[in-house]
Amino acid sequence: MQLTFIDWLIMLVYFVFVLGIGFALKRYMRTSNDFFLAGRSIPAWICGLAFISANLGAQEVIGMGASGAKYGIATSHFYWIGAIPAMVFVGIFMMPFYYGSKARSVPEFLRLRFDEKTRGLNAILFAIMTVFSSGISMYAMALLIQNLHMLDSLFLAAGIPLSWIFHVSIAISAVIVLAYIFLGGLTSAIYNEVLQFFLIVAGFLPLVWIGLKNVGGWNGIKHTLGPAYTHSWRGMEHASTNPLGVEWFSLVMGLGFVLSFGYWCTDFLVIQRAMAADSEESARKVPLIAAIPKMFFPFLVILPGLIAISVPAVQDHLSGATSSVSRAAPSSSDTHAAIAQTAENKGDVRAVAAEGRGLIPVKVNAITGKPVVDQDGKPVLNYDLAIPNMLLRYFPTGILGLGLTALLASFMSGMAGNVTAFNTVWTYDIYQSYIRKHESDAHYLWMGRVATVGGILLSIGAAYTVTNFNNIMDALQMVFAFVNAPLFATFLAGMFWKRATGHAAFSGLLAGVLAGLGHIGLTLPVGEGVSVKGGWLGVVHRYPSEMAQNFWTAIWAFLVCLIVTLVVSMLTKPREERELVGLVYSLTPKPEEHNLPWWKRPVTLAALVLAMAVALNIIFA
Amino acid sequence: MGLDIRIPLGLMFLVTGGLMALYGLFTRGSAIYEKSLDMNINLIWGGLMLIFGLVMYILGRRPRRLVASRAQGTDRSPGGDGTH
Repeated sequence: MQLTFIDWLIMLVYFVFVLGIGFALKRYMRTSNDFFLAGRSIPAWICGLAFISANLGAQEVIGMGASGAKYGIATSHFYWIGAIPAMVFVGIFMMPFYYGSKARSVPEFLRLRFDEKTRGLNAILFAIMTVFSSGISMYAMALLIQNLHMLDSLFLAAGIPLSWIFHVSIAISAVIVLAYIFLGGLTSAIYNEVLQFFLIVAGFLPLVWIGLKNVGGWNGIKHTLGPAYTHSWRGMEHASTNPLGVEWFSLVMGLGFVLSFGYWCTDFLVIQRAMAADSEESARKVPLIAAIPKMFFPFLVILPGLIAISVPAVQDHLSGATSSVSRAAPSSSDTHAAIAQTAENKGDVRAVAAEGRGLIPVKVNAITGKPVVDQDGKPVLNYDLAIPNMLLRYFPTGILGLGLTALLASFMSGMAGNVTAFNTVWTYDIYQSYIRKHESDAHYLWMGRVATVGGILLSIGAAYTVTNFNNIMDALQMVFAFVNAPLFATFLAGMFWKRATGHAAFSGLLAGVLAGLGHIGLTLPVGEGVSVKGGWLGVVHRYPSEMAQNFWTAIWAFLVCLIVTLVVSMLTKPREERELVGLVYSLTPKPEEHNLPWWKRPVTLAALVLAMAVALNIIFA
Repeated sequence: MGLDIRIPLGLMFLVTGGLMALYGLFTRGSAIYEKSLDMNINLIWGGLMLIFGLVMYILGRRPRRLVASRAQGTDRSPGGDGTH
């Protein structure tokens, strides 16, 4: 990759602003409330954009592009089914409890509603998961920088060994995120997330625009790829007739209900941004406001994946590196000569002149240089390169710097979101709850800063752990399934059933997590052997795809938690009703909306959002 | 918080868009734009970003309307106080 001074300049400008915001906000960090909850003073639209941006890590940007290339427009289900309904639900029904209870975190809400041990279980599970998420973001960013050879020319010019690029990337990203959160707390994170949101739109909108022009628009794509890739609901009656490998029931129940509600309704990473809002009405609107850009992100992140496989393959690509791209198809001897020359120039040992698909190259084993093949001997495609190769294909220097900055920004917003969630849960739910209970507010503010450093250090540790065990990323996906899904059941029971007790919540949560684990241990997707993907307790059932296994793990964990919670509640003593006012739906006065004009009410916005989501589903069905 | 987000947001887009547009101006007609289908994407997109940045910056600098932000509406007394 040839980056010029203008690309570096654009990146530099971005980092200057990111740090500058941290410095500018430092003077407002007077109390722990300021640091952890942004003083609960942020307007709804800012929280809404931060809500969506914290969620939009680069794994999503790169991952959705990859899925778009692999599965087609059916990937939109992750947005229109797998996010929008849950976001509407959490905004309308759950935010009044989260915000109104004045809980400072999700585990703290569990303490208020249930008891201390439920809070503790949730806090510990969440702290571990969030640190690993942050570490994975760090790892993925460093890997991308390395594989795209972004820093190569700089390092060569400075005489630093190229093998240091990975470590330097981790260090730099850690230091920058640490700096702006240490200084400005959640406010700094939120402000930067808003910056990152607009940057991502600015970086990807022109890419989609140019790409669509090049392949003949959506009609051109439909013509090139055929119906399976361009109709999201075709073939959903059965797992074998659609690219995702799932049928509609597990899609709607597993993804649409359990997994998505489990994430959007209970993950403190996003809930924290809504809790920072300046009023309850604002807090209810935050997820709804966030749902609007979320709904249109498929066009920004999934569409490039589809474009990438629709582009006529004008020449072969070195995985990660690129030669100059021309639109005229060269003769094959030119191509091989050009690749060999470029390979020599870049010091790569060999070139790959294998079949890719559009802009997607074949995965190549870095050691042997041979194409990676699946069980049927077919070459495996490196779909993760969809977005990066799109950037390289269509962006000249200048705007290329913008595109890469947008990618880096999305990695960092993911990291920062996890670190702010971690430092809050650590300080309030672990440190203040179990270690030092009665210190001054200044002490906890100090602890928050210490926890930020600690969180970053732990994330670095997690990043290196991922390096050594490359199944960790798969593992974390599964962990989310069996931790978030039962947690959602616990919240449902807690918020809508006054009879649910603390003992029940704790045992239900534990049972749900174990049941999810057990389900993975007893099942495997077709074509996999006993591994981190499951089957280590014996293989009782085979699922048509990994996705199907994931969905059913979530459904199973959710059901077990719900049932155990129900049963144990009936056997244990509930709290007095007056203690549960404001924590349970039936015991809480409904939010007063009648002095707002109808078009300002959250419910109206919710209806609008749902209507748009339904319309999009129909248009692309 | 005392700093309106639209100020740094606007400034960043102003600066970045300005840099891109300037670069686009200097590289008018260059072969690098073959990739972007012969459109001077730096000039076009840089210009749009600059305008966006300007608008944001101006909006951010306007004096804040007196606190209609503390909402009327759905506030009600909390069920707990968030501390032990």
